[in-house]
Amino acid sequence: MSNPITVQVNGKAVSVSPGTIVAAAVAINGTSGFRKSVLGKFRGPLCGMGICMECRVTINGQKHCRSCQILCEPGMEIRTDE
Amino acid sequence: MTQSYDIIVVGAGIVGAACAMECARGGLRTLVLDRGTVGGGTTAAGMGHLVVMDDSEAQFALTSFSRKLWREMRPQLPREVEFDATGTLWVAADDEEMAEVARKQKFYEERGVGVEVLNAQAVAKAEPNLRPGLAGGLRVPDDGVVYPPCGAQYFLEQAEKAGAELRTRVSVKTLLPEGGVELADGSRISAGRSVSATGPWSPELTPGLPVRKRKGHLVITERDPGFVHHQIVELGYLKSAHSAGKESVAFNIQPRITGQMLIGSSRQFDVETSAVDQHILNRMLQRAFAYLPGLKRLSAIRVWTGHRAATPDQLPLIGPSLVSEKIWLATGHEGLGITTSLGTGRLLADMLLGRQSEIDAAPFSPARFAKEVLAHE
Amino acid sequence: MSDAHFQFDVVVVGAGPAGIAAACAAAEFSDRVAAVDDTPWLGGQIWRGEQARPKQSPAQQWLEKFRKCGATVLDRTSVIAAPEAGLLLAEHADGPREIRWQKLILATGARELFLPFPGWTLPNVIGPGGLQALVKNGWPISGKRVVICGTGPLLLAVANGLRSYGAKIVSINEQASWGALAGFGFGLLKHPAKLFQGAGIGMGIFGVPFRCGTWAVKAEGDEAVRSVTLTNGSKTWTEECDVLACGFNLAPNVELPVAVGCDLQRGFVRVDLMQATTVKNVFCAGEPTGIGGADCALTEGQIAGYAANEQSPRAEELFAERDKWHAFREALAQTYALRPELKKLATDETLLCRCEDVTLGRVRQFSGWREAKLLTRCGMGSCQGRVCGAAAKIVLGWGAESVRPPVLPARVGSLITTENQR
Repeated sequence: MSNPITVQVNGKAVSVSPGTIVAAAVAINGTSGFRKSVLGKFRGPLCGMGICMECRVTINGQKHCRSCQILCEPGMEIRTDE
Repeated sequence: MTQSYDIIVVGAGIVGAACAMECARGGLRTLVLDRGTVGGGTTAAGMGHLVVMDDSEAQFALTSFSRKLWREMRPQLPREVEFDATGTLWVAADDEEMAEVARKQKFYEERGVGVEVLNAQAVAKAEPNLRPGLAGGLRVPDDGVVYPPCGAQYFLEQAEKAGAELRTRVSVKTLLPEGGVELADGSRISAGRSVSATGPWSPELTPGLPVRKRKGHLVITERDPGFVHHQIVELGYLKSAHSAGKESVAFNIQPRITGQMLIGSSRQFDVETSAVDQHILNRMLQRAFAYLPGLKRLSAIRVWTGHRAATPDQLPLIGPSLVSEKIWLATGHEGLGITTSLGTGRLLADMLLGRQSEIDAAPFSPARFAKEVLAHE
Repeated sequence: MSDAHFQFDVVVVGAGPAGIAAACAAAEFSDRVAAVDDTPWLGGQIWRGEQARPKQSPAQQWLEKFRKCGATVLDRTSVIAAPEAGLLLAEHADGPREIRWQKLILATGARELFLPFPGWTLPNVIGPGGLQALVKNGWPISGKRVVICGTGPLLLAVANGLRSYGAKIVSINEQASWGALAGFGFGLLKHPAKLFQGAGIGMGIFGVPFRCGTWAVKAEGDEAVRSVTLTNGSKTWTEECDVLACGFNLAPNVELPVAVGCDLQRGFVRVDLMQATTVKNVFCAGEPTGIGGADCALTEGQIAGYAANEQSPRAEELFAERDKWHAFREALAQTYALRPELKKLATDETLLCRCEDVTLGRVRQFSGWREAKLLTRCGMGSCQGRVCGAAAKIVLGWGAESVRPPVLPARVGSLITTENQR
């Protein structure tokens, strides 16, 4: 991997290559549930292109970020609903 | 003429729905007609704030009576109505507004409404996301919030349980002076009386009625539970509601039980369209940011508008019209339609059934505008 | 001009094939052209990951041309409202952006159409195009078992693409019948380039079952999908999988065009021969005008770019090419028409609105979209009715209503314009 980036997913360090989206980092971490629905069920990405809103996670404290449209940056703190 | 009812309620918004419920429960053969669907007019743009107001004795009487009826109904309300006892927090930015807080406290306590004065520290503790430096506020713990379209739907279900009939997507063209209505397709339905609960469109059915459209904007956010806990209203809200000027904004935010924030409020006269007016949205949000700076970072899902039904004295019209003893009115609720829907329905049914009312209905009599209506003719 | 205020002669919204072609064409005649896109990459959804690949594909050639054409790129910029003629309000990580335009070209592309069926909300049930997009940006698929189903030429293209990333394709299941596809195959003879593409894909999926007239009836699993049950109308069977890629072709992103005031025709943006919409100085190209694929989008984009600069002869040169792709577009729509069984997959307990968790059973009680929305909050969630609204159109036959700003969710702070600070 050329110059891997390290991000945190739910407190765990995950190493990814540049150009990796946040959604992929979550999946690489082994997490399939990104957010909890209104009735408490886990959801993951559906559309992969920023319109379904199912892939939302919290990035550096900002809620409701569409992880399929955001590139990983070094030191990013990513949190899914747990 | 087809069929015959005791009363036809025109308008299935929250006010019409409450009227229908009370009439049907009172034993009147009730028909409800709406050109659209339930709660699709002004009700769909209502903030759903259940609030006691002290603007005038009459307004206080109607809002506190109505709030009591809402609270009594609370155990039966289905989940979809989203009744949440958030309380209201009136915030004071400076000493002048704190003096207003003191005045309100006296007014409410004299009339048995529980309130609590908060100083600067207490307000900051009650709502940590408010900007520092506010002077204090007044908490009204028994106020609450609901989701208005489902409120209307629930009242209509109760009306139907008591024998009322509902027909949606039926347009009424005329309220007949001899009783009943004429529909857009030319057919007629007879009734002892009709009542117009058509909000900002009521002058279309009753020309000359002193009801004006007053446009408002709303913004709803994604879920961020705990961002605010009360319905927070700036004390300047009353200046906005009262102003006869064309445009005004006032800070108003509501936490919905879903965790979403509902942000308002704005007032414009003489703007018919439902399009979002960017300059008003700018003003409204800048005002909100001045109280809640963190609001900027919340995610907004939708901006929409609605029209309130405004009367010259900020009080609704409840009772027989000046046109005919068979044409009644339940309209003109401006920004208090959700709260006062239940009080309106009860008062209307009392009058129709010859029952004693719990509060004085005279201040809401359409006859008080006799001069204005005659001038129109 | 501050950082947050921009002014261009031609603004193109969307940097997919249509937008890139439009910007290139417009830039031949104007040096004040901007391409606005809400993602960090160029190429839209269909050309995702192309920049990373070495071979000289048509996509790569167009991206090269675009990089050299002189257009300004405003990336990570999400257009959220059209407050007045000539002005777009957009959101960027740094704050709101106001973009003034003389001519506007909308190339907002399309998204996949999803239909509800039991289990469709489980994690790892993803649209085929969406999955491909995720994988191109690092989603781990190597060694994972993938069942692909739904409809559209994307199914085969995605199968091929995923295999090159190490996915184990279990099966590919197209709901259209063999007869429909065979007809399309003959139609492809009119479109030689596409046929070559098809043949290439055919060889690439050797050994993997490719079934027509087959569709998924339910997905099962607990934390994520574990298996999918498929049927061909007579037989029903279950296949295990780690990922279920299921999507039913594309739905146009017409929200911004509607917000700008463009008229729609049968669900697509109405345009004339010059790709002009019903709003003065506003053009539209690509999928929002009809689902035609990348080649159609490239042609329409160029026409729009020339037309925006009043270069009618240059635009007219491309009319014959466009006609060819429009015939292909027609064939696409006919071939991949949705079978009626797909409308009945969801039960009353199946969720229709994923954002607000509203079941189909609850929504069905009402007589129209607006009524259902108001009384169940279906369509009032974060996706602003994009997923459930498109599904309701198919399953319930309901039309959606007008678009309200913001066109996509945006920070409250991005909703305001600072009109006095120009």
